[in-house]
Amino acid sequence: MTRPRTVRLYGQMAEFASPHDLLAAAGAARSAGYRRLDAFTPFPIERLSETLGHRPSRVPMLVLIGGIIGALAGYGLQYWVSAVAYPLNIGGRPYNSWPAFIPITFELTILIAGIFTVFGMLVLNGLPTPYHPVFNVPHFALASRDRYFLCIESKDPKFDPASTRVFLEGLSPSGVFDVEY
Amino acid sequence: MEQTPGTGGPRAADPGRPPLIAPGYTSATVTDKISAVVLRGTPRWWFAAFGAAFLLVMLLLGTLGHLFLKGVGIYGVNIPVGWGWDITNFVWWIGIGHAGTLISAILLLLRQEWRNSINRFAEAMTLFAVACASLYPVVHLGRPWVLYWLFPYPSTMGVWPQFRSPLVWDVFAVSTYATISLLFWFIGLIPDLATLRDRAKSRFAQIVYGMLAMGWRGSARHWHNYESAYLMLAGLATPLVVSVHSVVSFDFAVGIIPGWHSTIFPPYFVAGAIYSGFAMVLTLAIPLRAIFGLKDFITDRHLQNMAKVMLATGLIVAYGYLIEIFMAWYGDNRFDVYMSLNRMFGPYAFQFWSLIACNVVAPQALWIKRLRRSPVFLFVIAIIVNVGMWLERYVIIVTSLHRDFLPSSWGMYSGTVWDYSTFVGSIGLFLALMFLFIRFLPMISIFEMRTILPEARVEEARK
Repeated sequence: MTRPRTVRLYGQMAEFASPHDLLAAAGAARSAGYRRLDAFTPFPIERLSETLGHRPSRVPMLVLIGGIIGALAGYGLQYWVSAVAYPLNIGGRPYNSWPAFIPITFELTILIAGIFTVFGMLVLNGLPTPYHPVFNVPHFALASRDRYFLCIESKDPKFDPASTRVFLEGLSPSGVFDVEY
Repeated sequence: MEQTPGTGGPRAADPGRPPLIAPGYTSATVTDKISAVVLRGTPRWWFAAFGAAFLLVMLLLGTLGHLFLKGVGIYGVNIPVGWGWDITNFVWWIGIGHAGTLISAILLLLRQEWRNSINRFAEAMTLFAVACASLYPVVHLGRPWVLYWLFPYPSTMGVWPQFRSPLVWDVFAVSTYATISLLFWFIGLIPDLATLRDRAKSRFAQIVYGMLAMGWRGSARHWHNYESAYLMLAGLATPLVVSVHSVVSFDFAVGIIPGWHSTIFPPYFVAGAIYSGFAMVLTLAIPLRAIFGLKDFITDRHLQNMAKVMLATGLIVAYGYLIEIFMAWYGDNRFDVYMSLNRMFGPYAFQFWSLIACNVVAPQALWIKRLRRSPVFLFVIAIIVNVGMWLERYVIIVTSLHRDFLPSSWGMYSGTVWDYSTFVGSIGLFLALMFLFIRFLPMISIFEMRTILPEARVEEARK
């Protein structure tokens, strides 16, 4: 059964055999004025994200926030327990014996920062995403093996099914595919 | 982030060094070779090996059942030696875990690309070792069913944990370590789970790996956040791993017992942890690479590097032993002097000298390049170091406790059959988890292996 040509497109995708070709193609697509771009690769590639014009990652900020929350919560918990809720007078030593509270403050800083790192990364990446249109391209399974894909999304103001396809084919890919919803 | 961990360090391209991966591999062949171990079905020996480990897990459960019925009296512990095999095993296991974090986090930050083929199973080793370790303090509590009293929670009794106690610090350190290790291991697995999802033939495997991969699609946006998170986590895990064994050493060092009360404990425990951990990584890596034909990925250079780390940390540990004895003499405290003499010439002299033979003398053979190159020899040395590090903890705990200040409270200690069965059982638990891991998950990080391939060197090709 052939699908009607009016099917909604998520975008168009070109397949490349090497990371060098992909990087060159990504640069070309940016210079051609495309802005809604994404690439799919089996391993992280240096500068690909910058070439595609993506913003810097916000993960480090989340780590900092998590770390500050962890440190305050860790010290606060110990201070409140030892000096307010359950003060124990041991030989007249101070209730707020801060040097003894450092290890747990440190551990909780790391713990909360680590949890923010991992779950922050997942949230920023929108994971879990059980369904995504790019998986409709049969060849896409190779993106986790040895193929490199460049996708121009249909949301791009410059996107046009006919001319974008011509543009992608001009980048000498090993294939160009429609990504359907 | 300007640079990708794993790609393009000048070291990797150095022609004078043997390659980290045998020549001729491509992204496709690396993927196929590592994922085939998981996807091609279960080899027959696996059932035998897992079955044997599983029997030991049953032994552990039987022992713990007996322990819960009878109480800690079934172990050899009593006053004055209230910590015996249990805490020895706890420290031993948690130390083993440290190499996994060192390999995955510290070597990542130091851009040591050779870690890429060993980090995954070293992290798994960490996780399983920490699982075995955390068992011990819990079953040793006497009333393990009130384990939750260790954690601060608003109880109806109105009591709270004593936050000035190193034992409470330990609870936080070990549980943070376990959590961060699990998270680090899992996020490392996500791209490989996506590979397995895409490579699996059976519908069931596709669904299970697909759910675990959470829809990872290798998007540039994903990788960007992912790499940032991975580096951040490595940065967090690095001080964490140092802190964990330092806190474990505080359990001893904050006490006033001669032989425990020492400021050298934290660094010397951390070095010992890395030492025993690398010994365990070698103990696992050498048979694994032979059985699964992975010598192209875990090359002799990897084994040699690990041997060098072992030699270096072994020397730090040896320095620790020397300084302990020196300080006992130099400090001129009669109890410390007696403790050192008692360790060397007292009733536990055999264990002490065995530990010196295993941890200080035997590894000196690693100075010889020819021996460092022999996997069989390295395997033997690794086993000896594992034994030595266990003895070290035993000697520190038992010889310090059994004769403290007052001769009237001296005593002798030895483990019972239940101590042995708990220990052997925990080794079984570790091995059983390890066998499940190598059967169902990629034991080498596939995506990180791809980054050290020649084809991944995008920047160098451009120049």
